[in-house]
Amino acid sequence: MNWVIGLGASTLAKINGVGRAFLMLSGALIAVPQLKNVRLTIQQLYVVGVQSLLIIMVSGLFIGMVMALQGYTILVNYGAEGSLGPMVSLSLLRELGPVVTALLFAGRAGSALTAEIGLMKATEQLSSLEMMAVDPLRRVVAPRIWAGVIAMPMLALIFSAIGILGGHLVGVDWLGVDSGSYWSIMQATVEWDKDVVNGIIKSIVFAIVVTWIAIFKGYDAIPTSEGISLATTQTVVFSSLAVLGLDFVLTALMFGIN
Amino acid sequence: MTTRKTELMVGIFVILTIAATLLLALKVVNQGFSDTQSSYTLYAKFDNIGGLKTRSAVKVGGVTVGRVESIYLDPEDFNPIVVLSVSDSYQNFPDTSSVAILTSGLLGEQYIGFQPGFAFDDFVVLADGDFIQDTKSALVLEDLIGQFLFSRDSD
Repeated sequence: MNWVIGLGASTLAKINGVGRAFLMLSGALIAVPQLKNVRLTIQQLYVVGVQSLLIIMVSGLFIGMVMALQGYTILVNYGAEGSLGPMVSLSLLRELGPVVTALLFAGRAGSALTAEIGLMKATEQLSSLEMMAVDPLRRVVAPRIWAGVIAMPMLALIFSAIGILGGHLVGVDWLGVDSGSYWSIMQATVEWDKDVVNGIIKSIVFAIVVTWIAIFKGYDAIPTSEGISLATTQTVVFSSLAVLGLDFVLTALMFGIN
Repeated sequence: MTTRKTELMVGIFVILTIAATLLLALKVVNQGFSDTQSSYTLYAKFDNIGGLKTRSAVKVGGVTVGRVESIYLDPEDFNPIVVLSVSDSYQNFPDTSSVAILTSGLLGEQYIGFQPGFAFDDFVVLADGDFIQDTKSALVLEDLIGQFLFSRDSD
C-alpha cells in the first residue's frame, strides 16, 4: 500500500513540476515588450552567447578536422575522397552542428544559468525584487530565456561553418584532396531548405528545451547549497538527454521519410 | 562603459553569425537549379525507372537544366511517368529529343540524360506539358545478367 502511495505522490510531484515550469514560462514571456528588457537581453546575450563562442569555435574546428581525417582514411580506399566535402558538411549541418552545440551550451551556459538563478533564490534576491514591486520573471527570467533561444542557433551556424573550414584544412591542405572537388561536390549535394534550414530548426528546438530546463531548474531549486548543486547537475543531465532524444525524433521527422 | 563593451562583443557575435551564414549560403549550398527559378514541365514515360528519385538531376551534356519533379504510375498501362521540371532559361528543345536514365559513375546516383534531337527546318519545340516520346529505360543489372544467361543457353 505504501508503495502505491509513493508512486502516486511522485507522479503528482512530477506533474506539479511540469505545471510550475509552464507557469514560469508564460509569466516570463507573455508580456508587453519593453525597451529596458531589450537592453537586459543584450546583456545576457553576451553572457550566454559571446562567452560560449570560444569553446564552440574550437570544438567545431576540431570536430571538422577529425571527421575529415577519419572520412579520408575510409573513402580513399574506394577512390571516393572527393566525397569528403559532402560527408563533412552534411553531418555537420544536419546532426553534429545542432547537437554538439546544444550539449556544449548545456554544459557551458545552462549550468551557469541554473547556478545563478538558484543562488539568487537562495539569497532571497528574487523575493527582494518582488518586495520592490519588480516582477522577477520579467526582470530576471525573460531576458535569459530570450538570450538562450537567440544565441544557440547562431552558435550552431558558426560551429558548422568552422567545422567545414576545419575539414577543408585537413582534407585539402594536409591530405591533398582536390580543393575544387571538395567545394563543388559539396555544393551539388547540400541544399539550403533541406539541410541548412532543418539544422536551424533543430537548433531552435534544442535552444528552447535547454534554456527552459536550465532556468526552471534554477528557479525551482531548493534554496540550499545542496539544492543548487543538485539543480545544476540535473540541468546538464536532463538537457543532454532531452537533446539526444529529441534529435532522434526530429531527424526521423525531417530526413526519415522521403 | 561595461555596457558599451558588452554591446560591442554582441555585435561581433552577430557579425560572426552572418559571416557563417554567408559561407554556408555561398560556398556550401547548391546554387545551381533552385525551385524559385521559373520552370516548365515535361513528361516522359519509361518502362523502368531503376533507382531514379524525385529531385534527381536532368542533364544535357552534363549540364544540369532541371530536376525530376515527381514520379507516378500510369493507372492504365502501369508504366512509370516521370515529371521533369526544366528551367525556363533552357528552351527550344526539338520534339525529336530523347531522354534516358543514366548512372553517374559506377556506383553513383541515377539522373536523366536529355539528348536534344536534330533541329530540322520545320521542327516542333517541346512546350510546357508535352510528352517526350523517345525514352530509354534504366539498365537494371539483374535483367542484364538474366538476358546474358538466357542468350548463352539458347546458343
